[in-house]
Amino acid sequence: MIDDILNFLDPYWWLIIGVVKAVIIAVGLLSTVPLLVWLERRLMGRFQVRLGPNRVGPLGLGQALADAIKLLFKENIVQSSADKFLFYLAPAVVVFTAIVTFSAIPFGEPFEVGGESIGLWGANLNIGLLFIFAVSSMGIYGIVLAGLSSNNKYSLMGGLRSSAQMISYELTLGLSALCVVLMSGSLNLYDIVKSQSDMPYAIPLFPAFVLFFIAGVAETNRAPFDLPEAEQELVAGFFTEYSGMKFAMFFMGEYINMITMSALITILFLGGWNSYIGFDIPILVFAFKVFLLLCVFIWLRSTFPRIRYDRLMTFGWKILLPTSLVTMLAYSAIKVLVIDA
Amino acid sequence: MLESYTGAAILLLIATAIAVGMVVATTILGPKRQFADKMEPFECGESQLVSPYQRFSVKFYLVAVLFILFDIEAVFLFPWAILYKKLGLFGLIEMMVFLLILGVGLMYVWIRGGLDWE
Repeated sequence: MIDDILNFLDPYWWLIIGVVKAVIIAVGLLSTVPLLVWLERRLMGRFQVRLGPNRVGPLGLGQALADAIKLLFKENIVQSSADKFLFYLAPAVVVFTAIVTFSAIPFGEPFEVGGESIGLWGANLNIGLLFIFAVSSMGIYGIVLAGLSSNNKYSLMGGLRSSAQMISYELTLGLSALCVVLMSGSLNLYDIVKSQSDMPYAIPLFPAFVLFFIAGVAETNRAPFDLPEAEQELVAGFFTEYSGMKFAMFFMGEYINMITMSALITILFLGGWNSYIGFDIPILVFAFKVFLLLCVFIWLRSTFPRIRYDRLMTFGWKILLPTSLVTMLAYSAIKVLVIDA
Repeated sequence: MLESYTGAAILLLIATAIAVGMVVATTILGPKRQFADKMEPFECGESQLVSPYQRFSVKFYLVAVLFILFDIEAVFLFPWAILYKKLGLFGLIEMMVFLLILGVGLMYVWIRGGLDWE
């Protein structure tokens, strides 16, 4: 009986593995977001010498869940002069791109089940890095559409600012990632991690690491680069008009992007699941590094004041972009003339 | 080869389902008590006097154009970064020349004040 079923399933094995992987990634991401919100609120509480949420469930762990349920049952206001279709489309685009981006992230060595090698990734793409850049930059559409469709000047300005900021910092992101591509000679994220088995790229490529991290914080619209939602000037930026779960979807997108960005920094610069101290559970090593980076994101938020918009653009174009170009050129010259000579 | 894409393809479907599902769920589940004032765009308690769709700073346009230029440059750099071993010193010098031209362009925009926000 079981043999019959297995025989029947045999040609579809790849499909079953794909479905299981995709479900695990989606469920994992969606359940990490409330945890991350909880972590952020707890840590922010400690940074500001207060307790943070501690009433709902042990350590306040139920708070994020309670918030999610509350938001789901809140009224969903679409103001009458808004462009209805785009207004509904925008949060969906943000969440969609955030989840899909994660599919190219590898988080461990492949393991064997019944003669099949199963990799711990949604898809091991040869162009993994390009795929991530391509899909994640589509998230800008969600923000622009939210700003445009709301028919509200705060939303529109927030959307404009946000899109200008994101495209400005994307250049630095790409150029500093290029240093890693130069060193590893591959766009495949699994191969990039493999090539760091002796030393994480954060050490030889330290300037690129710093540039990538700054640009990464700006790309995810986190403080001190959270200009699109500068409350004092723009109410809530591009999601001023949103309420209920649609409002929460923008936050979900932001938090998933934060996780993806931390995972990407871990893979490109911190050696992925290589522990370097003989600790041999790859997935835990990877999760620990991602967790540390997420804490740094939260730490930054509670430490730095938001920078002014003109300084943000000046910083991006006049400091980060030339620096990343020079860094990239220097490493390519070193690579061709010294290492490969 | 195609099999390595199944995970990503199925996640694409799941992500669509999640995104659409959440929008639909919140639309169905929430209460619906609407009246005229509530449906107006947010404006600190006043009526909206002018349409938000007006001229905006040309800087945003300039940033978009510059982004396209430099992003195309990055697109050219990625294949070179993969193939630099085959191209060697020749490729490096070629790329330097290419980047020099773009660098001159960036300097020009910089000097003309295209990167200043005031």
